[in-house]
Amino acid sequence: MTVELRDVSSVRGAEVHLSDISLSLERGTLNVLLGPTLSGKTSLMRAMAGLDAPTTGRVLVDGRDVTGIDVRKRSVAMVYQQFINYPSLTIFENIASPLRVQRRPNEEIDRRVRETARLLRLEPYLGRTPLALSGGQQQRTAIARALVKGADLVLLDEPLANLDYKLREELRAELPRIFEISGAIFVYATTEPSEALLLGGRTICMSEGRALQIGDTPTVYHRPETLRVAELFSDPPLNTVAMEKRNGAVAYHGGDSAPANGLYAALPDGPYNIGFRAHQLAVANGATGHHVFPATVALTEIAGSESFVHLQRNGTNWVAVLPGVHEFPPGQAVEATLDPDDLFIFDPEGRLVAAPRGG
Amino acid sequence: MEKIPNQKAWLLVLPVFAIVAFSAVIPLMTVVNYSVQDTFGNNKFFWNGVGWYQELLDPSTELGGRFFASLWRNLAFSGAVLAIQIPLGIIVALAMPREGWGVAFSLVVLALPLLIPWNVVGTIWQIFGRSDIGLMGWGLNRLGFDYNYVANPIDAWLTIIIMDVWHWSSLVALLCYAGLKSIPEAYYQAASIDGASRWAVFTAIQLPKMRHVLVIAILLRFMDSFMIYTEPFVVTGGGPGNSTTFLSIELVKLALGQFDLGKAAAMSIVYMLIIIIVCWVFFTVMTNAGADRKGAGGER
Amino acid sequence: MARIDLVDLAHSYDGGNADPSSFALKPTSMTWRQGGAYALLGPSGCGKTTLLNIISGIVKPSRGKVLFDGRDVMALTTQQRNIAQVFQFPVIYDTMTVGENLAFPLKNRGVGRAEIDARVHEIAKLLDLVPQLDRKASRLTADAKQKISLGRGLVRADVAAVLFDEPLTVIDPALKWELRSKLKVLHRALDLTMIYVTHDQTEALTFADTVVVMHEGSVVQTGTPEELFLRPDHTFVGYFIGSPGMNVLPAEVEGRQARIAGHELSLARSYGGLPPGARIEVGIRPEFVSLAAAAPGLLAARIERIDDLGRSRFAHVRVGDLKIAARVPRGLSLGGNEAGLIFEPAHIHVYADQRRVEGAA
Repeated sequence: MTVELRDVSSVRGAEVHLSDISLSLERGTLNVLLGPTLSGKTSLMRAMAGLDAPTTGRVLVDGRDVTGIDVRKRSVAMVYQQFINYPSLTIFENIASPLRVQRRPNEEIDRRVRETARLLRLEPYLGRTPLALSGGQQQRTAIARALVKGADLVLLDEPLANLDYKLREELRAELPRIFEISGAIFVYATTEPSEALLLGGRTICMSEGRALQIGDTPTVYHRPETLRVAELFSDPPLNTVAMEKRNGAVAYHGGDSAPANGLYAALPDGPYNIGFRAHQLAVANGATGHHVFPATVALTEIAGSESFVHLQRNGTNWVAVLPGVHEFPPGQAVEATLDPDDLFIFDPEGRLVAAPRGG
Repeated sequence: MEKIPNQKAWLLVLPVFAIVAFSAVIPLMTVVNYSVQDTFGNNKFFWNGVGWYQELLDPSTELGGRFFASLWRNLAFSGAVLAIQIPLGIIVALAMPREGWGVAFSLVVLALPLLIPWNVVGTIWQIFGRSDIGLMGWGLNRLGFDYNYVANPIDAWLTIIIMDVWHWSSLVALLCYAGLKSIPEAYYQAASIDGASRWAVFTAIQLPKMRHVLVIAILLRFMDSFMIYTEPFVVTGGGPGNSTTFLSIELVKLALGQFDLGKAAAMSIVYMLIIIIVCWVFFTVMTNAGADRKGAGGER
Repeated sequence: MARIDLVDLAHSYDGGNADPSSFALKPTSMTWRQGGAYALLGPSGCGKTTLLNIISGIVKPSRGKVLFDGRDVMALTTQQRNIAQVFQFPVIYDTMTVGENLAFPLKNRGVGRAEIDARVHEIAKLLDLVPQLDRKASRLTADAKQKISLGRGLVRADVAAVLFDEPLTVIDPALKWELRSKLKVLHRALDLTMIYVTHDQTEALTFADTVVVMHEGSVVQTGTPEELFLRPDHTFVGYFIGSPGMNVLPAEVEGRQARIAGHELSLARSYGGLPPGARIEVGIRPEFVSLAAAAPGLLAARIERIDDLGRSRFAHVRVGDLKIAARVPRGLSLGGNEAGLIFEPAHIHVYADQRRVEGAA
């Protein structure tokens, strides 16, 4: 089965929720919708599910136009950020509820509920009610209910957002395996770049109602087609600087210059925007041929395995992440260095010109 | 983004359309029909155009005089009722317990007056206020107050207003209570940490959060009090004199007492329009004032 | 501004006579110094919010007391304790402008007009709220509203402490970075005692000078982010801090040798008198286990999954029945699923019944 969206737009009053989205989702794939709050992720899911009809454009399932067909007639399941379960029913009955609606024979219900419960490690809790379970187990129950239905399209709208950090980590590690076994089309909305990376599959980068880039998750991460996608897919935030290449040299906006080596070598003369992630910036640890920027430390955050150094360079803020524990006192002058082979170059319109080789 | 329409829904709504057509639309058209004609019985009708309306809206005519007199009475009554019931309802809601057995108890007590039929309420107060055998009337007179709602217009008004307050304040209180219950505990904690006084908590948190239910409460109470008929009819019959003759009572006198169907029809149309316009204006103003917050909120 | 002492504090929501093992907060004593940045870190239900609410006076503890600068505050209300608190979800006074919201705690305390204006302006400037000062607070986005909540928490210069209850939950990742570093700058600029409750280790470690890790109602370790990462005192700390968490492996330890799944590991320190009968485990963070091509002498492992986080890669491997997470060095590429593990002896810790044992040199 495939789900295809063609030029789907959604406008309500003066607000554009979705604008000209075309994409196609294949059976057995995991598709991550990555974008900040209000970027259109939920609207897109609602359009896929058939909860809302797009203002213009069409939704096709297996090539058949289903635009405007009620959600009840489609094979769709949805999991929300809040743990939505029937509080008075046992976990077994919660998971069984979609099958009861379909009036399946008891035997089949029993078998399918137990299979799904095993997959989500809920077997010990089948006799309890949701309120006796932890948040993680409650959300597992909601996911189990979505899976047991055997729906062709399963939509998960930030399903881990309300969970504790560690529970999130656990469930996130298990989800790809669960998705693989089920074989449906999964669409998974998240605001967190690291979640997209860990889930893998394909990523659809969303911003202001547009799908900016669609592709395999590592490809989108390592070759963002636009500056905006690179910004959306960076955590800590992407560092940027404008520059101009002239006569074999690079003049960075704000005063520093360097030879046009590395990725700059093949670049035609002209103005560009440079983007680099926090781990691509080194502090006081440059190698020969790396570009040097004098900067001041604004703040150091120690996160255990790594340290985040917030730098000020000519009025702009950069973040560098260094492995291990490093403490720089605020106000200290340091040299930030950048490997000219390990950065993203965008033209003034924000289109990718060069990216690190290999990735 | 449009919700996907479900065509089956029309089938379910169809019976309602049929009932509304028979119970409201057709009678309404009949009334409109009457309001532009004159009749002397025997089913003979004469075209009168907007004649009745002109007479009705001209205070110098007998009909117009009666209409405006009772219209002012209605407005005064609704104004008084709202001015008492809304603050009283809010105060009661604020005083109600938030948890424990007291919740159920106070909800039941508050709901009791709402369960009593209008004419029974009227009868209760009609007897309660009588100065010969009524507990309140007799008691007041014994205490030295010269209270007699049959003879004194002010007493009659007071009786009707107190009766309405007794009957309907609980509705406002229940609505406000529902509004108060929906305020998250964090707001109260934040306010106490911010050092807010009881009054500041009320104006900065409780009142703004109760806004939506208050709009509904005011609308309901306005419509209801503006259309009041049964209770004053039972208690005072519109008297003494015409002092409690509200539009609805006037209308019945005109239509059933004098059989002036044309005039009565014109009056009911104007009466209905006033209610619709007031409610519409009020509702629009209140929802527009609240709409500006919509833009920022909500996941797309 | 105050030093805060917690003296034998304990709390049960079922009353003080309930079974002590069911207490939401088990007996805890602690001192928080004036001007410090503290984090209370732990999973849901570990008692961290209970502790916070006891300090602010929202919850009356079943036992023990809280001292502000040595003064018992148990009889005081939240308001009298003079603390500020920021909640998980933005609390905004809808009818007021942003400026009025920020001024509210000062106005309620009868602070003079000029001082209010100065203070509100200072806080608004630090939080980048100056352009919105005259706008209705109800019209702003969720994260701007949360900034206002933060601002209201910080606007009073004389508070005993500012308490944050998971304040960044509703904030998008990119803005989290901004607000988090802003909080840290504010802490430096304002010299306030700040206590930050969260389940997110990154938020806790990056914000606080001292992190208090809680588990099932007790404090399991208090330390700097560095200590918690490099020397977790309890296996729970090892698991909860770090992503992925520490590898905790059942082992037999004798002197300077540990045996894991039949493989001998040498330790940097010597462990002589381990308590007999105790459950002995070794803990090592994934950052200090690296994946290498399989070779004799290395612990042989089968790769199950590799997580690519962009800036680092972690392999989840299996050694017999044990699951181990290990760092994948940059540029390493392996043919099949078979690999070897290299452990850094200096970062291997030994635990007896979940508690870290200090080795001898």
